[in-house]
Amino acid sequence: MLCIGVIALQGDVSEHVLAMQRALQGRGEVLEVRRPGQMAQCDGLVLPGGESTTICRQLESSGMAEELQRAAWSGVPILATCAGLVLVSKRIEGDGKVRPLGLMDIKIGRNAFGSQRESFEADLEVQGLEQPYRAVFIRAPAIVEVGEGVQVLARVGEAVVAARQKSILALAFHPELTSDMRFHQIFLKMLEA
Amino acid sequence: MELENLRFGTELLKRGFAKMQKGGVIMDVTSPEQAVIAEEAGAVAVMALHAVPADIRKMGGVARMADPAVIESIIEAMTIPVMAKARIGHFVEAQILEALGVDMVDESEVLTPADEFHIEKTKFTIPFVCGARNLGEACRRIKEGAAMIRTKGEAGTGDVSQAVLHMRMIQGQIRSLKGMDDLQLMKVAREIEADLDLVVECARMQRLPVVNFAAGGVATPADAALMMQLGADGVFVGSGIFKSENPAAMATAIVEAVHHYDEPELLARVSKGLGAAMKGLDAATIPEAEALQTRGW
Repeated sequence: MLCIGVIALQGDVSEHVLAMQRALQGRGEVLEVRRPGQMAQCDGLVLPGGESTTICRQLESSGMAEELQRAAWSGVPILATCAGLVLVSKRIEGDGKVRPLGLMDIKIGRNAFGSQRESFEADLEVQGLEQPYRAVFIRAPAIVEVGEGVQVLARVGEAVVAARQKSILALAFHPELTSDMRFHQIFLKMLEA
Repeated sequence: MELENLRFGTELLKRGFAKMQKGGVIMDVTSPEQAVIAEEAGAVAVMALHAVPADIRKMGGVARMADPAVIESIIEAMTIPVMAKARIGHFVEAQILEALGVDMVDESEVLTPADEFHIEKTKFTIPFVCGARNLGEACRRIKEGAAMIRTKGEAGTGDVSQAVLHMRMIQGQIRSLKGMDDLQLMKVAREIEADLDLVVECARMQRLPVVNFAAGGVATPADAALMMQLGADGVFVGSGIFKSENPAAMATAIVEAVHHYDEPELLARVSKGLGAAMKGLDAATIPEAEALQTRGW
C-alpha cells in the first residue's frame, strides 16, 4: 500500500486529500501530516495551496522544514501546488517574506498575475498530455527562471506554470479543485520510478 | 496558451480563493504598520478597516467603508490577500473595493446596513464573505453568491459566546438534515427560507458547500482553538489583536492556536505571558437594539 502525505499546516488540505484518494483508487492511503515525524512513513508528499508566508512560518516553527528537505533530497516525490510551488523554489523575486526550501532550481514571482480580480481559469497545452487541461489559477505564482535539469511542462503567455525536476512536480495552479486527475496520475507514476 | 483565453470571476475561482484561507487567521488592521505585524505573525489575510469593531461600537454614528487611501496603503504593504468591508446592501461600496484591487469583500453587519436587500454578489468578479447566525441565513447568502460564510458572533465585544452559539446552530441544523427524505428537506427549506438545492447539498455533504469561518468576539488563543474544535475552517480576529496589550505576541499566539487547535499542551504554551487580552464587553448585557448580529436577515 502506498502512503501519500499531505502537509496539513494551512490551506486547502481536505481538497488535496480527497483528490489524492480519488486518484489512488484504493491503491494507497492519504495521511494528513501535521506533526514532525509523520513524514517518515510517506512514499510521496503534497505541499498544498494556501498562503505561502503562513505555511513557511509553520514549517519552520514546527521543525518540519528540515524534515521536508531531507525527504526531498532522499528522492521522495513531491507534488507542490501554488503556495507549495513558491516553497519548493530556490529563489523568490522581491520581498524576502517567504524563505523557500530550495528543492528545485527555479525562481518564482509571487502573485505573478495580480490580485484575486485577476485570478483565472485557462485551458493549458501541457507537454505529454494530448488534450488541453483546464487549470485554476488563484492569486497564482509563476516560474520566472528555470535552471538546468528543469523540464517545462506548460506556460501561460511567457510564464512557466508547470515544471518538473527529478522527483518534484510543481504547479502554479490547483489540480485538487477540478475533477481532471491527469496531473495526479503523472505524480503517481513518479512514485513507481 | 494565449493570454486572451482566460476566464475570470467564476464560482470555482471565488470558492477556491476562500478554500486557500482554511486553517488560517484573518486579522482586522487599520494601518499598513498593523498589517505588517499581522503578516509577520502568520495571518493568511488582513481585513482593512478605518477602525476595529470595538471602536466602531464606541464611536456610534454611521459606520461606512474605510477610506480608499487607507485600503490602498495596506494593499501596497502586503503580499497576502487584503479584504475590506462594505455595508450590507451597499453594492457601490463593493464596486469601489473591487476597483481598488481588494481580494475579497466582507458584506458586514459591523457597518451600518444600507438596504434591506443584500448585495447581488454573483455580479462581481471578486468573492464575498458574509456573516450568518443560522443555516437559513447562510444559505441565503450563498444563493446571493457568497463564497465564504462566517459566524456573526457579536463583533467588538471580545465575548466569544455568540460565535459559539452561531457555529453550534449551523452545525446542529446541518446534522439534523441527515437521513431526511426529499419531502422533509423541502419542508425545512421552506421553514428556514433557504434554497432547496442548497439545503439538499448541505444534507448530502454534511457541511456548508463553502468555507465556514468563525468571527465575532474571538479574543484569545483559547477562543480561536475553541472555534476550530467546534468545526470552524478558520478564524477572523477583529478587535482581539490590536486591542490587546501586546498585539504582535497575541497575533502569533492565535495563529499557532489555530494550527494546533487540538493540542492542549501546545495551547498552554502559546497562551503564556501574552499580557492582557482586550477588555471586552459581556454580549448578554448589550440591548437588542445595539446588537450588530441582528443586522441583515
